Amino acid sequence: MPHIVTDKCQNCRFTDCVTTCPVACFHGDDQMLYIDNVQCVDCGACVPACPVHAIYEQTELPPDKLEWLTINAQRAPTLPVIVDKQVPLPTAEARKRELGY
Amino acid sequence: MNSGIDTASLGTSGNPLRVAIVGSGPSGFYAAEALFKSPLSVRVDMLERLPVPFGLVRYGVAPDHPKLKQPTMIFDKIAQSPDFTFLGNVTVGRDVGVEQLRGTHHAILFACGAESDRRLGLPNEDLPGSHTATEFVGWYNGHPDYRDRSFDLSQEVAVVIGQGNVAIDVARILAKPIDELRGTDMAEHALAALAGSRVRDIHIIGRRGPAQASFTFKELRELGELVGCATLVSESDLHLNSASLAELENKNNFNAAKNVEILQSWTTHCATAASKRIWFHFMQSPVGIVGTGRLERIILERNRLTDSALGQLAQGTGEMVDLNCGLLFRSIGYRGLPLPGVPFDPARGVFPSTAGRIDGMPGVYAAGWIKRGPSGIIGTNRADAVATVQSLLADLPHLDSRPKSGAAGLFATLARLNSQVLSYGDWRRIDAEERRRGAVVGKPREKIPRVSDMLAVAATALQGSRNCGVDEL
Repeated sequence: MPHIVTDKCQNCRFTDCVTTCPVACFHGDDQMLYIDNVQCVDCGACVPACPVHAIYEQTELPPDKLEWLTINAQRAPTLPVIVDKQVPLPTAEARKRELGY
Repeated sequence: MNSGIDTASLGTSGNPLRVAIVGSGPSGFYAAEALFKSPLSVRVDMLERLPVPFGLVRYGVAPDHPKLKQPTMIFDKIAQSPDFTFLGNVTVGRDVGVEQLRGTHHAILFACGAESDRRLGLPNEDLPGSHTATEFVGWYNGHPDYRDRSFDLSQEVAVVIGQGNVAIDVARILAKPIDELRGTDMAEHALAALAGSRVRDIHIIGRRGPAQASFTFKELRELGELVGCATLVSESDLHLNSASLAELENKNNFNAAKNVEILQSWTTHCATAASKRIWFHFMQSPVGIVGTGRLERIILERNRLTDSALGQLAQGTGEMVDLNCGLLFRSIGYRGLPLPGVPFDPARGVFPSTAGRIDGMPGVYAAGWIKRGPSGIIGTNRADAVATVQSLLADLPHLDSRPKSGAAGLFATLARLNSQVLSYGDWRRIDAEERRRGAVVGKPREKIPRVSDMLAVAATALQGSRNCGVDEL
């Protein structure tokens, strides 16, 4: 089962996850990252790397976040690959606190 | 003094930064990737003691987890860089010394992993029937070092000591129906032996509780999905003290919470219908290995946890339990091996370093398990290698800036030893031969498990291409 980035990434975009991906399957727009589920080898290395636990294995997706499965699959292939850590969004720390991390 | 060639700045085309990477597993390849991404002119020469690359991706990842081997496609792309040279079948510390490498390269980056095991420290640890998980994993994965190991699979009860993903791999390979392994790249000698296995009960033992186990929850969950195998744990072993409950409340301890949830779902499983059983035992430490001539049983001491949340330690209670078993695999962690000329921390089994810089050795670096110890998975080592390369590149002004001979200098030394150095092209020939042999028997590849045979395939292919050349003339 592939891994999915959810809306918890929005307003954060910490991008720590991309440095742990062994197959460079993260793509991104200005808002957040997305996983290309064809490339993902399902290793889970990215899950603990995210400071706000925005990434879930498909079977672990909370019910209110199921839509992100399709959104990741559709968006990722249209966006550039992100392989290096970038500067988080200015709202990242506030969003992290709001999410309880 | 004013020679333009001699003073070309380090990292420019006239004086490329030459880095020797020792080891060709994930950390080595991800370090090479990070070096090639820098704006500098960089040459990477990767030395590998085996004839073939990829380290634990080839020889550690379980054969029934083929997706986790896909990083080799990334490694293959990295190796295609014209600035990359692979030198297989070269052992640093034997064929070439660290001081020699310092002469031929501006920087050395050790990514040689953790090739040995932590020991339990018990008498009888090497009694027939008692093995390391490393031996077993290397054996079923066709690693040349372990080709001739044998495991008495006529035994019905096996014990695995350890709480990590390697312990789970060992248990799963012992428990999985053989027909589900036949289509994998498991070595033929292992498939043949496992086909006759009589192992029915596999006990996984941990000194601390379920909340402290370091299994990745996905790996643990997979055990519960094996056909014809029950997963069992007693309710008393799943008791959580208040500190453990506090640990599980920590949002960053998500994996442990999942592990406990999975284990709790197994207390109610019925064992009767299953032909094999995997038992989990927590809060127990092996204190004795007993047998006359061969392993017969182990003695376990029950533990309790002391100290506070996220730092709980196992302490013996004095209460002993006997467990009869014919096979024992210890899987309590890997250790790196020392290398002449490099500082070594014998307690942790690593080359001591700060931010990837090996202590007291300017220009010498470490990445991956030889730096951090054996934790994390393939991707963890990518982030780790990137961090070490950042240190290396930041040190550029302090490195010896004189031009270095790099691989050419190494080849000159190695030629005098008259040893066969394998190139990446040689690996491609071995790879093609392994795939060809695998296709014949319906497997993705049949690994060549002996170094001499690998060298022969590389040499034969070379001979063949020469003959072709002659024929064409």
